[in-house]
Amino acid sequence: MPAPQCASCHTARAALRRPRSGQALCGACFCAAFEAEVLHTVLAGRLLPPGAVVAVGASGGKDSTVLAHVLRELAPRLGISLHLVAVDEGIGGYRDAALAAVRRQAARWDLPLTVVAYADLFGGWTMDAVARSTAGSGRSRACCTFCGVLRRRALEEGARLVGATHVVTGHNADDMAETVLMNFLRGDAGRLARGGGLGSPGEGGALPRCRPLQLASQKEVVLYAHFRRLDYFSEECVYAPEAFRGHARDLLKMLEAARPSAVLDLVHSAERLALAPRRPARALCQACALLDGLNRGRPRLAIGKGRRGLDEEGPPREPQPSRPPTSEPVPDF
Amino acid sequence: MCEMSEEYRESAPKGSPPPRVLVSLLPMPQNPGQKCVKCKEGLPVVVIRAGDAFCRDCFKALYVHKFRAMLGKNRLIFPGEKVLLAWSGGPSSSSMVWQVLEGLSRDSAKRLRFVPGVIYVDEGATCGQSPEDRAKTLAEVKLVLQTTGFPWHIVALEEVFSLPPSVLRCSAQEPLGTESAYKAAVDSFLQQQHALGADGVERQSQHCAQDPHSPAGPPTTAQTQAMSRLFDSVKTLTAKEELLQTLRTHLILHVARNHGYSKVMTGDSCTRLAIKLMTSLALGRGAFLAWDTGFSDERHGDVVVVRPMREHTLKEVAFYNRLFAVPSVCTPALDTKAPEKASIHRLMETFILRLQAQFPSTVSTVYRTSEKLVKAPRDGCVAGPRCLLCMCTLDVDTADSATAFGAQTSHLPQMQPPVTQAGVAAGPCCCAGMGGGPGCYRGEDPRAQVMEQLCYGCRVNMKDLPEVLPGSFWVSVPTMRFPRATAEQEVQEYLLGDSEDEARTSES
Repeated sequence: MPAPQCASCHTARAALRRPRSGQALCGACFCAAFEAEVLHTVLAGRLLPPGAVVAVGASGGKDSTVLAHVLRELAPRLGISLHLVAVDEGIGGYRDAALAAVRRQAARWDLPLTVVAYADLFGGWTMDAVARSTAGSGRSRACCTFCGVLRRRALEEGARLVGATHVVTGHNADDMAETVLMNFLRGDAGRLARGGGLGSPGEGGALPRCRPLQLASQKEVVLYAHFRRLDYFSEECVYAPEAFRGHARDLLKMLEAARPSAVLDLVHSAERLALAPRRPARALCQACALLDGLNRGRPRLAIGKGRRGLDEEGPPREPQPSRPPTSEPVPDF
Repeated sequence: MCEMSEEYRESAPKGSPPPRVLVSLLPMPQNPGQKCVKCKEGLPVVVIRAGDAFCRDCFKALYVHKFRAMLGKNRLIFPGEKVLLAWSGGPSSSSMVWQVLEGLSRDSAKRLRFVPGVIYVDEGATCGQSPEDRAKTLAEVKLVLQTTGFPWHIVALEEVFSLPPSVLRCSAQEPLGTESAYKAAVDSFLQQQHALGADGVERQSQHCAQDPHSPAGPPTTAQTQAMSRLFDSVKTLTAKEELLQTLRTHLILHVARNHGYSKVMTGDSCTRLAIKLMTSLALGRGAFLAWDTGFSDERHGDVVVVRPMREHTLKEVAFYNRLFAVPSVCTPALDTKAPEKASIHRLMETFILRLQAQFPSTVSTVYRTSEKLVKAPRDGCVAGPRCLLCMCTLDVDTADSATAFGAQTSHLPQMQPPVTQAGVAAGPCCCAGMGGGPGCYRGEDPRAQVMEQLCYGCRVNMKDLPEVLPGSFWVSVPTMRFPRATAEQEVQEYLLGDSEDEARTSES
């Protein structure tokens, strides 16, 4: 059965169906539509004003590759300039190959590239060292928590080095959906209260961050990379199989099979969560708190809820709510 | 576990296997001399959570205390108030009814002071049960209801077809009692009790086994067939379950209103609520989580839904029911024997229970996070129109909604700025992706009109229903809800400009 005609230009044969709408499009029209949607996201959310110097977090993976490519296409229209910032976490056998892919991209697109390494920024702590330090009897890896926090810190540093005004990352809609599921399962009320919007304006002196691909589904990102013949690094991090996010990812896949709009529904839910206001900021930022714990030989220090041990005169640990209730009198009613 | 609070696992010995759901009530074999962790004397019979073994009496005390504390802490149920207990026959609601029964008995310490009634909704039509099976179940149900001694009501789900449209009108919300109001109410009640004397108290607390409420008798075949047709026409199990829940809620509230009950108690346990929270999240109901899973749900205005069992895990409920012989009636439900991936509800249930086996604090973590949810409108929005089906303030707006955009782009022709959407594709497309403002549609399509008045989650569910629901009260709703809007809409198409207005009005 011959493929139908492209629904947009009506000349070429359709090469794909868009996952969300089922519309049949040829390759060129699909890529143009994808770029138009990212442009709309950026303009409608006023994410990148003209004259912005944008640091693109480039990992060599499909999302950041597509992001860099699309922004490069849109840069003249938006009036922004781009810098690639790659982070070397020091994961042997994985990050080196990914960085090679980023270098190739930078050369091909003629974009300036800066590489920042954990080892330099964080006093010799590479992710492999962190993984060794946090490996315990836990059933899943805690090092992924470290990697996420430290990577954002490293990205911030790299962005400042190149004099950027904004930081962009390639998170797509599926990532946002997984994050909200994961945060509920982990009970991370702080992150739930913060997340959901199109980006953060940059609190506490940090650079404003945004995610232009936030509304694009993962499938479309992959399709775009396919049609534009982009060269990216597609292997999984060696620590990923043990990360808790894997559970959220499996759940999301199943939900999508039961209801195709599940990803969009989750993003909608995430935007509208109403949580009690966060407690006031602590003395150290999360990255410094984690490093502090690592350096003191107590890696789990800042992962828990309380601030136990962070400052020695801190308040005593709160009693756990899940313990059986103490003998308080039952109020008369 | 990669969890925010790492304190949980510190007490368990390293290398111990993850605790499985215990089905045996015998003491753990490792420690034959183990005593109850609470009273340190009795022989333990149950293990709740890892390593906490309780004897029979301490377990009962803990269970009852949780129930009472939940009610007492929230102080929503005033003395002498009429409360309707929604009983499904399942373990959690049976346990709740039993707790209320015991709490009201004369010899219990600090007895409960409200006036209960029990309602049972017969949902046999939705899962295609034969009339004989339904009659058999009803006989068992009646037996149990008679032993409770409370006034009871058995209603068939088919009665929802004959509900008047006033059901969907959200009544004015009664102001919640303040602390002092509550205390005053308790004091006056106590004074009344003293004044009546011992006899008065006897009379008041005597449970009267009233005749059942049956204005219409058993449902007619036509109604049952209509119900089966309705449920068969729904495309996905997810939408079926949501529809069933909506219909059941409206029916229970209607009965409550008719008989003067101001509160409804449902038996949702901690485990069920954790699953419900995650399911609601996946269904797009993130804005309403606090109402869906909190202790009190006052979105229906005059009747407040209360969930006193929300701290009891299913495991505790099961053990209690077994140890203290709580009667329950097992009936097939909509999702009985459905495969694991059949609906979002099923998926989430399997996922959470499986994760719970691996990380035993999953359910309590989700529960604790749900306690931090607040019932606040987003960014201080004024209370707007309410969803037709679920009665929550509509959470769909045009402005900066990511999903409004996402839904738009999936239905608009490409190569065009996806900004305007008035009068775009007709037919099936107009039912979906309605982030646009009201007034786009001229009122020709009743389905579109209904869609406009639904929240995001209900809209997604509606897509799986092939037609507007049968029954007069659904169709009459659009005209009832926003008569002013349609009149203004109609006028719009006649207005040409300021200069021509006067000419027009003088003519007509």
